[in-house]
Amino acid sequence: MSINRRGFFKVLGLTGAALVIGREMKAAPGGNGDIDFRGVLYDSARCKGCRGCEYDCAEANGLPLPGPAKDIPPIRHTSETKRTVVNEYKTSKGTVFIKMQCMHCSEPACASACLTQAMHKTKAGPVIWRGEKCMGCRYCMISCPFDIPKFEYHSSNPKIQKCDMCYNRLKTGEIPACVANCPNDALFYGTRRQLIKEARKRIVENPKLYVDYLYGEHEAGGTCWMYLSPVPFKELGMKEIQKASYPALTKGFLYSVPSIFVLFPALLLGIHQATKKDNQTPEE
Amino acid sequence: MSENNPIAIDNDGKPIWKFLWSELKPKGKIFTPFNVISVPIILLGLTLIVIRFWKGLGSVTNLTQEVPWGLWIGFDVVTGVAFAGGAYVLTFMVYILNMKKYKSIVRVTVLNGFLAYVFYAGALLLDLGRPWNVINPIIGNNFGVNSVLFLVAWHFLLYMIAQLIEFSPAIAEWLGAKRIHKILSGMTIAAVIFGITLSTLHQSGLGALYLMAKEKIHPLWYSEFIPIMFFVSSIFAGLSMVIFEGSISHNVFQKQISEKDHKARTGIILGLSKICAGTMFAYFFLQVLVFIHNRHWDLLNTPMGYWYLLEMFGFVLLPMMLFYFSYRRNNIMLVRVAAILTILGIILNRLNVTVIGFRWDAAIHYIPSWMEVVVTLTVLFTEIWIFRWVINRMPVLRDSPSWAGKH
Ligand code: SF4
Ligand code: SF4
Repeated sequence: MSINRRGFFKVLGLTGAALVIGREMKAAPGGNGDIDFRGVLYDSARCKGCRGCEYDCAEANGLPLPGPAKDIPPIRHTSETKRTVVNEYKTSKGTVFIKMQCMHCSEPACASACLTQAMHKTKAGPVIWRGEKCMGCRYCMISCPFDIPKFEYHSSNPKIQKCDMCYNRLKTGEIPACVANCPNDALFYGTRRQLIKEARKRIVENPKLYVDYLYGEHEAGGTCWMYLSPVPFKELGMKEIQKASYPALTKGFLYSVPSIFVLFPALLLGIHQATKKDNQTPEE
Repeated sequence: MSENNPIAIDNDGKPIWKFLWSELKPKGKIFTPFNVISVPIILLGLTLIVIRFWKGLGSVTNLTQEVPWGLWIGFDVVTGVAFAGGAYVLTFMVYILNMKKYKSIVRVTVLNGFLAYVFYAGALLLDLGRPWNVINPIIGNNFGVNSVLFLVAWHFLLYMIAQLIEFSPAIAEWLGAKRIHKILSGMTIAAVIFGITLSTLHQSGLGALYLMAKEKIHPLWYSEFIPIMFFVSSIFAGLSMVIFEGSISHNVFQKQISEKDHKARTGIILGLSKICAGTMFAYFFLQVLVFIHNRHWDLLNTPMGYWYLLEMFGFVLLPMMLFYFSYRRNNIMLVRVAAILTILGIILNRLNVTVIGFRWDAAIHYIPSWMEVVVTLTVLFTEIWIFRWVINRMPVLRDSPSWAGKH
């Protein structure tokens, strides 16, 4: 007996793919490769850590305003009352700031996890949460590799809180509140292709300032929020995660489902008939 | 406990509502140790459930933003469903492989499985933040077809229906409904086949739920083979539960069991222990292969590594050998010890994946609150109450009425 990598599921998956044609297959994870989503490029070499974006975000989304700098620790997580935080790290090149929020993955784990499609990747780019669909199972929180969706544990009508790239502002032709108000030009809004081009240009023009890496270009199968940094991303607490898409991890299993549904009943019925005819007990 | 209850055998001539009313009344002693312990806990648990819906999940649970699924999912749902696996394994053996020997314990196992699913799905509802939207994935607002949870939720629902059909002849016998009994009995095979297919998929599906949490689960417990591991282990988890639960209800409901079934019991238990030993061997072998494949040798010499070794050797390999020896030596006592060790091992394994090893590196560790434990016990005790109620009324352990043929 030997195990090939994913061998078992692969065989079943191929059978399943052959058996099921139609909507479900088209909607399968991994189909977002060629859409040029909109996103934001964050340049931590330009960010001065004024945390203005935290205020703009809280205001735009009706959340409590964050306290003054002296009251807060340098490193925090986003939470059910803070969709974005700016953290401060002591690095090999001195103090560097980094803004955290939802990465708006091209193939979001949260959206593929959600059993009601309450988490939804819009064609424009933002990953949004739709309260009228969500049942509060928190599977999106289990699945998100960046630990972004946050749950209001102390409410009887709890919401999932996370950055939605100011989806409502985008619909009226505006840009995200944080981008619009950043006084240091650290945030740049555009399509993913524009962001990548702009990032390359900055790295080429200023190779001493930046590490030659664009975080988010490939992480988790590519994200719409991308980062430039003067220091290696490890020093900024950014996770080293897989480059492939997360929904792909469950693909093999999900593809095997239709084939099991076809093969098993037939098989079971066959064995049932066979043992009935012989009318003997196989064991002892 | 009244063993010769004439109503259950034949209630011809009595109006149905009168019959049902008389059946609702408690039978047997009221102040048993189980009742004295379980009633206050259930009352406390119900109070906590009210608070939970009134003030939010955070008022009762210790869940954190990093660990959003705790005891209620990791133990009640994931572990509980593994133990309910006995129903699909036994129906497979009896109806598909035609192993007649095990027929006398099918009904009670299916009843157990059915109640387990009802109550664990119930536990799932307690955990939902926005339970009023629970109907959405069923009515299509929207169908999240790419979601493993969507698959698991649908399977729970369908499997409960299949199990109800499998069990329904017992209800018909209780009500004395002869014609319906015939129709329902005719549906058993279809329900069994459907049920086994569903079980294979959602037992492994519970493992597949965690596939996307790749960096969050301790590498000794995460692998792309979690679904297969969960499926294989559900076989011996379910059977160990059948052995354990059987040895208890055999004493408690002794009077209901016929002399013949009583004698067959030893053979059944030994047969089950053989199957447990075999599947556990396969499971252990798979675990070793996965471990070698992932090359985590360095992790063995860490606290989590010792914990992993304890699970693998103390709660898989050891009970496997006990099952094997007990089968060879016809030792029923040893089977029970092995079954209990296996049950502990499954609890350990499921909790290691879902709770203990989940974000093992998080700054704030999740430890369930006493209130979460009380609610879990409430779910468990209520299930046992209903189980006892049914056993005392329907022909589950005792023989079917003569008109129903042999079950
Ligand atoms: S970062 Fe997390 S919440 Fe945001 S889109 Fe990606 S998976 Fe979803
Ligand atoms: S909590 Fe809501 S948004 Fe998240 S997976 Fe569950 S239903 Fe979807």
